[in-house]
Amino acid sequence: MSGPNSEYDPVQVTPLDEEHVEAMRVAALEAVQGATDLADLKRVRTEHAGDRSPLALANREIGALPPQARKDAGRRVGQARGAVTQALAARQAELEVEAEARMLAEETVDVTLPWDRRPTGARHPITMLSERIADVFVAMGWEVAEGPLVEAEWLNFDALNLGPDHPARTMQDTFWTEPAEHHLVLRTQTSPVQARAMLTRTPPIYVVSPGRVFRTDEYDATHSPMFHQVEGLVIDSGITMAHLRGSLDHMLGVLFGEGIRTRFRPSYFPFTEPSAEMDMVCFVCRGLAPAIEDCRTCKGEGWIELGGCGVVNPRVLVACGVDPDRYTGFAFGFGIDRMLMFRHGVSDMRDMFEGDVRFSTAFGSDL
Amino acid sequence: MKAPLSWIREYAALPDDVTADDLAARLTALGLKLEAIERPGHDLTGPLVVGRVLTMEPEPQKNGKTINWCTVDVGDANGTGEPQGIVCGAHNFGVGDLVVVVLPGGVLPGGFEIAARKTYGHVSAGMICSTRELGLGDDHDGILVLPADAGQPGDDVLELLDLRDEVLELEVNPDRAYALSLRGVAREAALGLGVAFHDPAERDVPPADGAGPAVAIEDPEGCPVFVARTVSGFDPTAPTPDWMARRLALVGQRSISLAVDVTNYVMFELGRPIHGYDADKLTGTVGVRRARAGERLTTLDGTDRALSPEDLVVTDDSGIIGLGGVMGGQTTEMSATTTRVLVESAHWDGPSMFRTGRRHKLTSEAGRRNERGVDPEVCEAAADRVVTLLAELGGGTVEPGVTVVGAPPARRTVTIPLDLPARVTGMDIASHTVLAHLEAVGCRVETGPDTLTAELPSWRPDLADPFDLVEEVARIVGYEHVPSVLPPAPSGRGLTPAQTMRRRVGRTMAGEGYVEVLTFPFVGEADLDRLGLATDDPRRTTLRLANPLSAEEPLMTTTLLPGLLATVARNVGRGAGDLALFEVAPVTRPRGDGAPILGVDRRPDAAEWEALNAAVPEQPLHLALAVAGERDRSGWWGEGRTAIWADAVETARVVARALGLELTVRSAALAPWHPGRCAELLVDGVSVGHAGELHPRVCRDLGVPARTALAELDLDALLSRAVPARAPEFSTFPVAKEDVALVVDADLPAAELAATLREGAGPLLEGLRLFDVWTGPPVPEGRKSLAFALRFRAPDRTLTEQDTAAAREAAVALAAQRHGAEQRA
Repeated sequence: MSGPNSEYDPVQVTPLDEEHVEAMRVAALEAVQGATDLADLKRVRTEHAGDRSPLALANREIGALPPQARKDAGRRVGQARGAVTQALAARQAELEVEAEARMLAEETVDVTLPWDRRPTGARHPITMLSERIADVFVAMGWEVAEGPLVEAEWLNFDALNLGPDHPARTMQDTFWTEPAEHHLVLRTQTSPVQARAMLTRTPPIYVVSPGRVFRTDEYDATHSPMFHQVEGLVIDSGITMAHLRGSLDHMLGVLFGEGIRTRFRPSYFPFTEPSAEMDMVCFVCRGLAPAIEDCRTCKGEGWIELGGCGVVNPRVLVACGVDPDRYTGFAFGFGIDRMLMFRHGVSDMRDMFEGDVRFSTAFGSDL
Repeated sequence: MKAPLSWIREYAALPDDVTADDLAARLTALGLKLEAIERPGHDLTGPLVVGRVLTMEPEPQKNGKTINWCTVDVGDANGTGEPQGIVCGAHNFGVGDLVVVVLPGGVLPGGFEIAARKTYGHVSAGMICSTRELGLGDDHDGILVLPADAGQPGDDVLELLDLRDEVLELEVNPDRAYALSLRGVAREAALGLGVAFHDPAERDVPPADGAGPAVAIEDPEGCPVFVARTVSGFDPTAPTPDWMARRLALVGQRSISLAVDVTNYVMFELGRPIHGYDADKLTGTVGVRRARAGERLTTLDGTDRALSPEDLVVTDDSGIIGLGGVMGGQTTEMSATTTRVLVESAHWDGPSMFRTGRRHKLTSEAGRRNERGVDPEVCEAAADRVVTLLAELGGGTVEPGVTVVGAPPARRTVTIPLDLPARVTGMDIASHTVLAHLEAVGCRVETGPDTLTAELPSWRPDLADPFDLVEEVARIVGYEHVPSVLPPAPSGRGLTPAQTMRRRVGRTMAGEGYVEVLTFPFVGEADLDRLGLATDDPRRTTLRLANPLSAEEPLMTTTLLPGLLATVARNVGRGAGDLALFEVAPVTRPRGDGAPILGVDRRPDAAEWEALNAAVPEQPLHLALAVAGERDRSGWWGEGRTAIWADAVETARVVARALGLELTVRSAALAPWHPGRCAELLVDGVSVGHAGELHPRVCRDLGVPARTALAELDLDALLSRAVPARAPEFSTFPVAKEDVALVVDADLPAAELAATLREGAGPLLEGLRLFDVWTGPPVPEGRKSLAFALRFRAPDRTLTEQDTAAAREAAVALAAQRHGAEQRA
């Protein structure tokens, strides 16, 4: 550094003259502009804006000028340094954007690569449909009742007005157990759960009971020795067949869409009187021409057979300890497997019980 | 039940324009569900006419056959009135006979079009038809020769022979036995269309005169009515008339012989099964009693049967001659030489018929009707109808004696409030409607101010209770009028905690990558053997089915593993390699001395109810899982990870955690697991299941992948202990981490060492995780090194280095003292 210049001589301090400062400014700006990447720019920054850069050195000479000359020189150098700093910042930003773009381009991957590291799990559609049906009734305030699969003969038959010599016992091909005098069967229907509900609860009773049942049917595309039913039971004062229809219509509306109505046909079940078979209007063609003609779901019938229902036979109420003079009730039951078949297009019942992972996986974890 | 429309029309005054479809719709609405409509003869197109054979010239052919060149008078049916020339290959007719001729332009069943064509040197203009060609059945091979008085040449045979018919096949529920007859179906048809019904059972019958066959009924409860009549001089060679054979064919009954056909015909007509005996083979008095122990009978089907003391039998002085109401015996069977027929028309006790049929595995048209209940008042009419037909068609005479033993029970009555049908069905049904409909089904009704009393028709044994009458009224009003009304909403409590948690378990398993399967609960001893269960394994105590579908699988399973492993094998067989399956289902553990059959006239008392439930097997819900192949798949990202025993244990832990439980694990040895890779799982010291690797021998035997891992848990045991999740209390002071590697005996379970470290480290230990297991140099033989990462934290302050070191040292010291653990440098 020069000593204080008390005797003003502008010529003596060359670096601060106008041309010189301008040259340094231009050289710095060109270098900044010429920097090709962030590392280069860093070098340029040291060279042209660092402590040892020409402009920084020139700046130090300002003190050597006579006071009257300092102002001009200071402004000149300051402006030049400012311009260089600004250019550096701008170039820095530019180069950062470029660098990021380059990096992102380099990191490009094939997003179509599969990532099936973890095999997918699934619940069984029968389980899920059972829950779905139960939930419709639970939402109405009903409760879900359950019972054992191996059941007392009395609960599966006698209590339901199916006495030992009732011809209807042969309607249901029963799995009997040994020894016969133990009177145990694989339940042929979920109805013993109804009997249990009546025997363990006090009216009003509003229960729905999905579950496994067994019959000695040969195993084929439409029969299985094990299948699933859901039954509903209501015992309350003033209950009529109209409430039965209302409950079923509501359930079908929730499961299949508004306006799916039921049709009742007189039928016979020992535990109900009057009894009815219930059909639902086909949810695909809605029984309307011309869709009905080619409807594969109802095979052109317009109706889908659902199951049986009726008013609880007072004999059943008596055996199950409900006062038939005070209460009436209704009950219904239908096959969950069958509903899964027509609701989701399952064509072979065996697919449900063979456990092929491709079957359940197709249904995911909720229906 | 098959019911020809033409036969229904005989008793129900159906309007002419009512079609089979119309009627079927009405019958279905009344509860006789249509299964199908058959339309015999509808593929038959005329001209099909009566012809009289005028000439018949046999002409031998080169091929050895002889054909007949016939001319046939077909009246004006051919448009010319000239005789029609027809070549015919059959020979069972002659000049002057009336035959059926199909003229050119006609179409026979099967789309067989008739045209004039040149054959055997003649132009054959039509065809003389056989029964088979007319679709009338295939019992006769020759030409159908019509009775001499059947009609005139040129008459339309389609009409004459009722060749076209419509047959309704109806599903008859077990309570509607009356509909197993044309009488019953026609009654319903008349009811459905609101037309008049003519009851074929209403006929004048001669009264019992004591001069008939001798009959003694020992068991009037089993056989309340027994009518016996005799026809003699019967010609056993007399043919069944075509109209009867045809009707029998339409209802699905083969024609056998006139005598048998007549009894069958009347059974279909009136619903009452009839038995005919060769009267000349009977000796002495016909009786009815229960069989005695040790008695035997060879029934008509040739089966020698040991009889039960509950069986109702028909006897004569020679002994047992029939299984009453179910099947006759061989010794008194009607045959081709029978000329004297004893006709039995008896009413039998339904439940006895049901039991006998089931005991002897005998199903017959007669048994089907008798066990479901036949009109007891129709015995005499049915007997009279049979003897009349036998005499008329078989050239015999009805012997004058009429035996009637017993009498039909008095008609029962039921009283109901007039508004009961409306109250039960929710339909608006006026009292007069109730009255009218009950009368329409055959009740005789008397009304009081608020009630009515109905005398029930004898042909409806299914009617007994007030609600039965409600159904009768409701089905006639029409179920389609039942309104749709939601019942009042109860205040339900939603799903029970157990139900909610079961769903949670399923979702957790699916989330873990397992696929749910549902398998049959049937196994055999061999399945349990293959699992390697010890002879005293409690899972060998099984409930046995009396009538299993497969003799190989007669047992209710006590473990879900056989079904699950079979499913693994099936999937592998179908090309799946990486599998994770689970099933949630109950298993059966028999107990108790049997369930009582309680009364049904009242609620069981507390003791009865308890006894009943105590006899029902325990059926705890189990969860089983199996995992094989890669648990994490290999791929472009690198190597995957093959499932091992630990996956099964960990999944069990995950499920338990979903229920708020932490499983403790200890080593165990239980089939079918690998004895060195079997973990017993416990909650609060109670065993809840096992997990680990499947025994390699079992893997091989069952065809599942080597190293298949599996677990089975008593889900009910878990659910009953489940606790709701609680928010944790956690400190926000800094954590201090310390690692420690300990060398211990190789057989020390890691869980035990971890427990010791936890205990030794005290409350400052927030958590610990085993991160490495090492055996081999430099760790000495018989020892292993277990490395744990410990995390320390205090609830109220930042731990100093001294705090952490002290806790760590305490943990190591306890491990050293308890397990001889040495710190690895």
